[in-house]
Amino acid sequence: MSGPQRVKFYQTGTFTVGNRLLDISVRSIQSDADRHNSLNSGHRACQGCGEALGARYALDAAMHAARGQLVVANATGCLEVFSTPYPESSWRVAWLHSLFANASSVATGMAAAMKVKGRTDVRVVAQGGDGGTVDIGFGCLSGMFERNDDVLYICYDNEAYMNTGVQRSSATPPAARTATTPAVGPEPGNVFGQGKNVPLIAMAHGIPYVATASVADLRDLEYKVARAMEFRGARYMHVHVPCPLGWGTPTSDTIKVARMAVECGLFPIVEAEYGEIIGRRELRQRIPVDDYLRTQSRFAHLFSSRHLGGRDEARIAQMQAIADRNIARFGLMSARTAEKVNA
Amino acid sequence: MFEVRIHGRGGQGVVTAAEMLSIAGFTEGLWAQAFPSFGSERMGAPVTAFCRLDEREIRSREPVNTPDALIIQDPTLLHQVKVFDGLAKNGYVLINSKRSLAELGIAEFLAGLPAANVMAIPATELAIKHVGRPLPNAVLLAGFCAVTGRIRLASVEAAIRKKFPTAVAERNIAAAREAFAMVSEARGGQGTQQVTTAEGAKRHAEAV
Amino acid sequence: MLKQCEGSVAIAEAVALCRPEVICAYPITPQTHIVEGLGSLVKSGALTNCEYINVESEFAAMSVAIGASACGARSYTATASQGILFMAEAVYNASGLGLPIVMTVGNRAIGAPINIWNDHTDSMALRDAGWIQIFAETNQEAVDLHIQAFKLAEALSMPVMVCVDGFILTHAYERVDVPSQADVDAYLPPYEPRQVIDPDEPVTIGAMVGPEAYMEVRYLAHAKQMQALELIPELAAEFKAKFQRDSGGLIRTYRTEDAETIVVALGSVNGTIKDVVDAMRADGVRIGAVSLISFRPFPSQALHDALAHAKRVITIEKSLSVGIGGNVSHNLRMAIQNPQVRMYTVIAGLGGRAVTRVSLDRVFREAMDDRLEPLHFLDLNHEIVDRQLERERLVRRSGPVAESVLRDVGGVTAGIK
Repeated sequence: MSGPQRVKFYQTGTFTVGNRLLDISVRSIQSDADRHNSLNSGHRACQGCGEALGARYALDAAMHAARGQLVVANATGCLEVFSTPYPESSWRVAWLHSLFANASSVATGMAAAMKVKGRTDVRVVAQGGDGGTVDIGFGCLSGMFERNDDVLYICYDNEAYMNTGVQRSSATPPAARTATTPAVGPEPGNVFGQGKNVPLIAMAHGIPYVATASVADLRDLEYKVARAMEFRGARYMHVHVPCPLGWGTPTSDTIKVARMAVECGLFPIVEAEYGEIIGRRELRQRIPVDDYLRTQSRFAHLFSSRHLGGRDEARIAQMQAIADRNIARFGLMSARTAEKVNA
Repeated sequence: MFEVRIHGRGGQGVVTAAEMLSIAGFTEGLWAQAFPSFGSERMGAPVTAFCRLDEREIRSREPVNTPDALIIQDPTLLHQVKVFDGLAKNGYVLINSKRSLAELGIAEFLAGLPAANVMAIPATELAIKHVGRPLPNAVLLAGFCAVTGRIRLASVEAAIRKKFPTAVAERNIAAAREAFAMVSEARGGQGTQQVTTAEGAKRHAEAV
Repeated sequence: MLKQCEGSVAIAEAVALCRPEVICAYPITPQTHIVEGLGSLVKSGALTNCEYINVESEFAAMSVAIGASACGARSYTATASQGILFMAEAVYNASGLGLPIVMTVGNRAIGAPINIWNDHTDSMALRDAGWIQIFAETNQEAVDLHIQAFKLAEALSMPVMVCVDGFILTHAYERVDVPSQADVDAYLPPYEPRQVIDPDEPVTIGAMVGPEAYMEVRYLAHAKQMQALELIPELAAEFKAKFQRDSGGLIRTYRTEDAETIVVALGSVNGTIKDVVDAMRADGVRIGAVSLISFRPFPSQALHDALAHAKRVITIEKSLSVGIGGNVSHNLRMAIQNPQVRMYTVIAGLGGRAVTRVSLDRVFREAMDDRLEPLHFLDLNHEIVDRQLERERLVRRSGPVAESVLRDVGGVTAGIK
């Protein structure tokens, strides 16, 4: 992860994206006038949709890597719905939607067809949201990994079933309010379960490449897609994509919120090859989970508890413990960052 | 139509026996149909398989309820399963046992059958001797040839060669031949041998 | 080549002759031997240019087939029973997308109670999924229908289910003439897709369709099946010209010309029925039979023509539409239109219960004497069901039904009451 991290793209004070001018050699694929526009403008995603942003960057990077020879399987979900109602398809890539749970299997079939037809130059990407990946599509995903089928699967994780109106998925963070985990009762919001870390599960399959990424760092996302495309076999990317509607954040703050998730340690950015972690994005400016959680109305009950004097210390501490564990487990703190935090 | 029902236990090659008999029938130009009594595939569980032989197309798909011949691969089934149900009045019975018919205690079931139609063969012992494993199916089919005269031994040998790899097939054939000779001798001469159709004679000649 | 072999082996060989490019394999009794056979053919190199994929579920099997077919590959899978229900969503999806996948269904009952034996409940559960459903009477026909199925599916861009009675056909050894590769190649041209996922000509397939167009899309699927009513007999005729065999078509009649009573059924039970028809004809009874080969599309006109002169029609059905009775007879009533024709539905062979000549003979004669109730359950043990109904009347916690019935069956068999 040496390439993209050399240039620092955001201002530490505001968490927004910087605008410094870059040399053409290090410009992003997306800034290229000849980018593919795989997911074209004019689609029906909400303002500030993290998924639309992530998908656009990821697919253009994949198209770039595949020299335009790319086919895509898409799971049912927001991404499929906001992009397709015909004839307003936003896809400028050969694109197939079958069902909610089977994008990885459909992609396996596409890869098999391309192989049997001698079109090994054609690359296959499957994509879906966290519901279609972490929940209902999990069996198919694991099968695709286990067989090491030549597919890059990209999960855009917005941490709930947003298309149907914000219901809990197994990627929903603890304490978060959703339509099926309302912020009522003595234990408001989502349960503190055991979690389901699909990147680690993917790594446990020993597949060639697994990476997490965030729309907070789109150049890192591009880099990882490009890296993923250098491998044959099953590859998995888990991209954190805030949903202003579901999370209760201003539509202008998508990037900022995504970055805070990274900087507090709740969404670690790592890269693994053949089951071993080979890279991590160290925190640049570690922040407490408070700062991240406060930005979102789905966590508002943690800070307005009538029973607990306005602040649910216990739960916030539990969230902080999750972040701390991530930071320790994945080695997200450099000596320098640690110094700054301690100071 | 000539209908055969084979009783045995999972792992004894009961279904294979029916299939081989059908191949032998086919070799002689007959229409033949073999199928198992579909159960879970467990070693040791009672298994039944069926084979029909006819000179015209066999259309019926029901299990063999009124067999012309019974092949009982495991004598421990005699008192557990109603193996003799529906047996034709002049039917044939082949039992895998080194004990005599009298010792098996099944006289009531055999009453009325022509004595020459019933035979106990030490098939397991013959199989162990030649094949090294207690697989009595090929031996009993040879006995079936000798007792019923419906199918030639050579056709059964051709079927054995179709179902087993060469070395195993040859050992099974050796066992089958000894059984055929044993039964023929017990019956006081050669086992009955005939090829049923002209087409069969040709195919039979090719197969042998 | 004429040979004596297991149905599943013959089907595997027939599928291989059709040069499938992607095969999805998942084991479920009784279709397992088919995908095993194809696996051997691919692994040994006998079947080349084919990707054989061991998937992790039937849902994945159909999904992989969808992806492959959409990319222009000739795709095949096989399933049965619970498997087809597990993939049900993808079964509908394949037909909705208009992908010409061919799938063998080794017909088997559906649980609970779990039961691995033959009946038609599985295919019937998916009868409205938009697939063409054709039923084989013999293993020879199973072989031939697979070859016709690929041609039919690809001509219409619509998936085809070849329904083969589990165990009764799949596990039966019988005489089968497996065609030569050259003849199959001459009959079945390479797959030329109507739509294809191609990076050089990118299209969106599987977009959301709203109320403004959904009905039209569905209607077109129906219209295609109506086209299949023309195409299926044409392909059967073409097949006969090439292979000198009558296989397939919409229906096959047997001694119906002057028949007052006509029996209609799907699949292998037609063989047993024909034997009963011959025996009854020998007694001077004017009875005939119709083997219904194409259940979807339902050949209403062909059946109307074949049955128009009958006084009564008896449908032998290996599935039960719980709460009404027969699936086939219900459709048949629509085809016949003549209220003068007396119709009898006989539910038979559920969960592998043997359908015997003796029992068929009995119900046919009862129907001819007008002694048969309109909905009859062949060889149902009334004593057992009455006992259970009585138990449920008397006791609130009457326990699990299947286990109670099994206990009673065991008791009755042993003569204990």
